[in-house]
Amino acid sequence: MDSGLFTALAGSMVTMAIPLLLAGLGELIAERAGVINIGLEGLILIGAFTALVTAMFSGSAGLGIGAALAVGALCGAGFAFFVVQRNANQVVAGTALNLLAVGLTGVAYRAIFGVTGAALTIPGAAVLPIPLLSRLPVIGPSFFSQTPLAYAGFALVPLIGFALMRTVPGLKLRMVGESPYAAETQGVDVARTRTVALLLCGALAAAGGAYLAVAYAKTFVEGMSAGRGFIALAIVIVGRRAPVGVLLAALFFGLVTALQFHFQALGSAVPFQFFLILPYALTLLVLAASPGRLSAPAALGQPV
Amino acid sequence: MQISRQLDIAWRMVRARHGASLQALLALTAALLISTAVIALAGANPLVALRALADGAFGSPEGWSEVGVRTCPLLLAGLAVAIAFRAGIWNIGAEGQLVIGALAVAWLGTHAGALPAWIALPLVLAGAALGGALWASIAGLLRMTRHVDEVISTIMLNFVAVGLVGYLVHGPLMETAGNYPQTDAVAAAARLSRLIGGYRVHAGLLIAVAAAGLSYLLLFRTVLGFEMRAAGLNRVAAHLAGLDITRALLGAMAISGALAGLAGGIEVSALTFRLYDQFSPGYGFTAIAVALLGRLHPAGIAVAAVFFAALDTGSTAMQSRAGVSSVLVSVIQATVVFSLIAVDQSRWRPIAHASVPADDGVTPPSLERPA
Repeated sequence: MDSGLFTALAGSMVTMAIPLLLAGLGELIAERAGVINIGLEGLILIGAFTALVTAMFSGSAGLGIGAALAVGALCGAGFAFFVVQRNANQVVAGTALNLLAVGLTGVAYRAIFGVTGAALTIPGAAVLPIPLLSRLPVIGPSFFSQTPLAYAGFALVPLIGFALMRTVPGLKLRMVGESPYAAETQGVDVARTRTVALLLCGALAAAGGAYLAVAYAKTFVEGMSAGRGFIALAIVIVGRRAPVGVLLAALFFGLVTALQFHFQALGSAVPFQFFLILPYALTLLVLAASPGRLSAPAALGQPV
Repeated sequence: MQISRQLDIAWRMVRARHGASLQALLALTAALLISTAVIALAGANPLVALRALADGAFGSPEGWSEVGVRTCPLLLAGLAVAIAFRAGIWNIGAEGQLVIGALAVAWLGTHAGALPAWIALPLVLAGAALGGALWASIAGLLRMTRHVDEVISTIMLNFVAVGLVGYLVHGPLMETAGNYPQTDAVAAAARLSRLIGGYRVHAGLLIAVAAAGLSYLLLFRTVLGFEMRAAGLNRVAAHLAGLDITRALLGAMAISGALAGLAGGIEVSALTFRLYDQFSPGYGFTAIAVALLGRLHPAGIAVAAVFFAALDTGSTAMQSRAGVSSVLVSVIQATVVFSLIAVDQSRWRPIAHASVPADDGVTPPSLERPA
């Protein structure tokens, strides 16, 4: 393999990893607060659609991303209404969110663009190469010639880590995830903490979708989330619910996806479905091989 | 004052006896209202769209037949989801189990040419049920032995199943002609017959209805069913009462998988005769909405399955005649589920508590994790 191939692979690895990273970080925050949100897939789809439509009609990719963040947070609030206010089962609500996203984006897409779905192109997010670093071999073009949204994703890794482990709100959030009862006796508003966590989760997952639509594909296709929400769910587990772990797992699964495209294009001896299955099979193996419940918060999935 | 009080008492009595059905009706009404709004927002005439929807489903004998065709997998998979949910296991993996069941029939069915139909047909369908049960049991065993949350494992297993089928139909099981990524057609002996000449509705529907009856008997008239429901309502109490929780949960998962596998197997045996990529249009996920709308009761699930099958069938006519995308059906499904979980708390609360990952059903429930 020559260095050009490495560079191309590294580039698509990072590009594939960023939506997973953003959605994974959102899920991490929700799960640390004790809420499992399996509606990530739907949130990504909604984020992608919102970003595309806004970018198209406003002519600004930045506005598209901003709109996706806002709508994502709104969806997070809606999800919080059911699982926090109404104590609904989180798994059921998440499944419904996924169904709703498929339906709403599909109906809206065809209402706006017609059943034929005219080829959509939008002003994509501009790439912002970082001086000097972007000239490094292999990692320069992949890590340091990205859109601002990608840099924001990387920057969030230490930020979220710091906020969770070294600040009072982070401590309260983890407390709510481990024991809502103990948190409540300490005067922590459990419902509010979980709602805020879900707002952030919704915004971040939608940002992942926005990246897909505005920075990667520069178009919208029905169902374009293509299982990424579920891979993001897996990443949070494989990354042991730590931001750095989520980053590494996102990069690894990004590489797997990049390899899948690569092998599919080459028609290699390794069937590409192997790479399709790999993230999920690997997650199962990690879960099966780990003693106990990994780092899952004790109150994960519990209604308040 | 007196009248309002009597009305209140009457309402409470109705609610006590028919609460579940009332909630389902309320949810349906809310879902229809919201969907009407979505149709209007999409720029179409809701009356025309809903008329086309109803017409497409029940306006012709072909429509009725198609509703029957789609009821079959939704009813079986809905029962699958309900049996797991009743036991407090969140089996999100009906889709994967369904695909594995279809794989079993596609594989066994191509090799059953030499057998008489009365052996071949039960054999391939038993294979489908077994395949689904085994696939679900992976998640069941991971839960019991390795404390792995079944929500995550069943989601992962869905993708593994779909990917596995994708690989097989492009590779080892690809048709002999080698033109399309699909399996060879199953032998005539392994095919379920149609019920009425000229229409696609098939004998699988009878199997699904029988399965609904058997599921009712299992849940409400057998010891295992009682144990499963008890485990779902309060696993700790059930354990302390001496019920065999491990058996109940593993059993519920295996039976759930068997029903979902049968749903997929029947699709191959009666309709497609072949397996291909993207085989299921998400029956396993719709089944979750079916099970919840049916209030996790076999009779309710049968009604809900017909309802969703009709939506599915009519949506094509709605798309062509009113210009509303057929994926509107997903919006209706989602709003039904959201309405249901918004209106009731009481019924779900104990089941939700029972799904606390901490108590795995093997070790005595620990007291350090109050739920």
